[in-house]
Amino acid sequence: MTTLSDRQQLSYIASQAADARLNVELETEGMTLNIGPQHPATHGTLRIICRLDGEQVVWAEPSAGYMHRGYEKLTEVRTFPQVTSLVNRIDWLGSFANEVPFILAAEKLMDIEAPPRAQVIRTILFELSRIANVSLFLGDLGVQMGAITPVFLAFRDREYVLNLIESATGGRFHPNFDRIGGLKDDLPKGWIDETRQVMVKLREFCDIIEDLLFGNEIFQSRMRGIGIIPADVAKDYGLSGANLRASGVDYDLRRDQDIAMSWDKADWTVWTHPDGDSWARCWVRLQETRESCKIVEQLLDQIPAGPIMTKVPRIIKVPEGEAWVSTENPLGEMGYYVVSKGDLGPFRVKIRSASFNNISIVPWALKGVYVPDIITILASLYFILGDIDR
Amino acid sequence: MAPLSDATDTDDQPQALPGDGLREGIIDDLRRRIGDGVVDTHITPNDDLWIRVQTGAWRQAAEALKAAGFTHFGFISGLDWLPSPYGKGEEDPTAEPQEPDTEIRQGVTGGDTRFQVFARLVDLDRHVGVTIKADVPDEPFAVDSWTSVFAGANWHERECHEMFGIGFNGHPDLRNMYLPTDFEGYPLRKDFPLLSRMIKPWPGIVDVEPMPAQDEEPPAAEPATAASEDAS
Amino acid sequence: MIQLAIEIPYWGQSLLRVLGGLVAVLLPAGTIVYLFLFKMMSFMQSRLGPMEAGPYGSLQLVAEVGKWMQKEDLAPEAADKSIFKIAPLVVLLSTFLLVVVIPFGPDALFTNFAVGIFYGLAVASVSVLGILIAGWASANKYSLLGGLRAAGQLIAYELPMVLATLGVVIQAGSMNLQDITVAQNTGEIFGWGGIGNPYIFTQFIGFLIFMIAVQAELTQAPFDMPIAESELVSGYMTEYSGFRFLIFFIAEFATAGVFALIASVLFLGGWGIPFDWFGWTTIDSVDNWMNVAGPLIMFTKMLVLTFIIMWVRFSFPRFREDQLQTFAWKVLIPLALANTAITAILKVTF
Repeated sequence: MTTLSDRQQLSYIASQAADARLNVELETEGMTLNIGPQHPATHGTLRIICRLDGEQVVWAEPSAGYMHRGYEKLTEVRTFPQVTSLVNRIDWLGSFANEVPFILAAEKLMDIEAPPRAQVIRTILFELSRIANVSLFLGDLGVQMGAITPVFLAFRDREYVLNLIESATGGRFHPNFDRIGGLKDDLPKGWIDETRQVMVKLREFCDIIEDLLFGNEIFQSRMRGIGIIPADVAKDYGLSGANLRASGVDYDLRRDQDIAMSWDKADWTVWTHPDGDSWARCWVRLQETRESCKIVEQLLDQIPAGPIMTKVPRIIKVPEGEAWVSTENPLGEMGYYVVSKGDLGPFRVKIRSASFNNISIVPWALKGVYVPDIITILASLYFILGDIDR
Repeated sequence: MAPLSDATDTDDQPQALPGDGLREGIIDDLRRRIGDGVVDTHITPNDDLWIRVQTGAWRQAAEALKAAGFTHFGFISGLDWLPSPYGKGEEDPTAEPQEPDTEIRQGVTGGDTRFQVFARLVDLDRHVGVTIKADVPDEPFAVDSWTSVFAGANWHERECHEMFGIGFNGHPDLRNMYLPTDFEGYPLRKDFPLLSRMIKPWPGIVDVEPMPAQDEEPPAAEPATAASEDAS
Repeated sequence: MIQLAIEIPYWGQSLLRVLGGLVAVLLPAGTIVYLFLFKMMSFMQSRLGPMEAGPYGSLQLVAEVGKWMQKEDLAPEAADKSIFKIAPLVVLLSTFLLVVVIPFGPDALFTNFAVGIFYGLAVASVSVLGILIAGWASANKYSLLGGLRAAGQLIAYELPMVLATLGVVIQAGSMNLQDITVAQNTGEIFGWGGIGNPYIFTQFIGFLIFMIAVQAELTQAPFDMPIAESELVSGYMTEYSGFRFLIFFIAEFATAGVFALIASVLFLGGWGIPFDWFGWTTIDSVDNWMNVAGPLIMFTKMLVLTFIIMWVRFSFPRFREDQLQTFAWKVLIPLALANTAITAILKVTF
């Protein structure tokens, strides 16, 4: 077994060799620029190797894996409730949303359903985590483009949502609140009224951001027409979420599949945009945040009374079988393929994370763009490193 | 194969007909296109569809499904059906070491080999998805690549290759996705140990209680949240 | 010469001029950094800014200077060391060269060039050299990209700046900044001398072009492609740390202050308040106390203009460099040329 320093040297030589091999293959003049892994623009440790010809990208390749934590291996040694706390940390900005598809898959295998109260509260928390996630995206979008002020407004208004999540679940970022069969606890007193007030604030925030950022001519000139992804390419690569809807594909997993959550109890629209450029992707996300506020407000009026958890045994053994559940997470479509052998824990969990597919289109999307447009396209595709690397 | 639901819409029957009829139709369509490439199918009523194809028909199945309307690419990954020889590292160290289970039992739609590849495709217009599986023979330990059919398969096949070692014929650039280039071994295989559990025993061992009797009804006084307290 | 009670020998005057120059450069820099960068930006972003060092964080700048100065003096190994080290000084040099021609009062000035503004615009370009040097000598691809972008941008935006000042020069009839000041303060608008004739009214297009060009010359957003923090980390300043970074930092805000001073001379009437209020007619009839009040008035006008510069900086996203270049060449320069032509025609006819 080689020592650590030898291993590092080997990796370095291998990456240089890979680079050299590509040099020979491409035979282009130009500069190789590394964006990342430590870089202000990437949401985490993503490395993008670009070959530039002047300011134009000839070839670009993301190199993910700096944050690979081996989730799929780790789930094999955990029990089902333990996987919930693990899985919070995949998309750490909207973390309640990560737990839900896994819990739903386990419930599918056990052939139980959470009581209606739990389903509605789950949906509300899901949408709150979507708002928390996308509001940070909207603020960060400004920073990527050079407008340093909106991000502070985003953080300020996002705090309200995080406080809500904390008061209900105990954790701002990693709630770990979903349980097989329902939720861990019921809502605290006064939470519903407070959430109503916070939704009003978030709507104002969306209006401010639309004015400040989306209405700005410089922002529009930076975003419109950049990084156009046609619908068939988007489907080929498996883009999901706002990226897919911004290319004109009318598909939203909240509406288009039958699942034990309460989105059908609220009246809301799915936003699409025909252009498929960076502007469309960001705009669709803005509208989705508004729709989330709408959904939360409507669901708050409809929380039924009842238990928060069905009767499940103390030690949960999920029957043998395989199940797939995916939901419309803030980043896109996130799904879990759970294989169970009747044990305390899963046999195999395949995590289908949205950002992995979203970023796989980057080599295709970055051909021939300018260096500043790299940032624009990455920002509009919106990824979280934990989601790419799991 | 699970039976189709009744056409009569009674209260205690799930409303299964539209979706399941559609899924039946998809299976028939695929059989028409690739003939005996389809080995086994499974429909969970009102829920989901699994199809296992022959290894040689892996790419044809993708092309056929894409032509049938399954244009949205989900993922490709692998399955290793060998039960882990290392267990979970949660056994009480003072108890008798148990014989590890070595029987390979494939899951839904069966199979003949230890390794399988599986993929997910979605039809965005009819709102239905399908999970496709194929065996991976021991020799050659490879299947055809889907990159000519779905461009997004590129990264998924790279990850599957580095995690399981499965080769993909026709993939343009099969190098590691996450792991360093010189990494030895294939981590997601069951016989690749999870080192953190080998080095340090799981600290929750002392909390393991003897298994309760196999009943689904908990004692009535038991608080529902105990299920989480117990295992966390 | 200032009529003072005591006779100051020439070396004393030179010393005073040097000190005055330092104050004229560093005091605006410090005030802009504290007032606008620390406090105004924070309030716009709904936070407080530095509050710890001194009352309301007023001594934060002292703390910052101390911090930067005690850092290790690093240079990258592959960098061209001698050029790497002088690059920040070249940028600061242009600021000092520029402040020399600015009049602060009827007699409170450093020199009285006949071609003041011409010289000023010429030496403002020296900073481009410093930025280019920094970008190249850093041996870092990000810095190189930043330096090259800066070269293109700064040279492109010099032209609108020069053309905008042409209108002022035509209207004042002189390139001497003192004469321009006097012309504004003794002038009349339609026969009424109540507020003099600050050229911001007649040259409002020129003023806009000049402020936009200044924004670009300072590489402030929306023209901060050379720095482009989210892409190039710090552009040409990436490899600089410690005292050298401090020099860049001070130079950036000092240049902002100095350009604002020049703009206030050109467009806002400089150190003067309308002569009509006190019944002065020429520069010689101005009272002596104006030499003390003049700098204060200039300071105030500089703060107003810098407020605008900084406000725009914190609000707007940045242009891509081809959009930036298009804006300069296809929009600003034709507009500035048109402005010059119209000014010339009006000057001749009226």
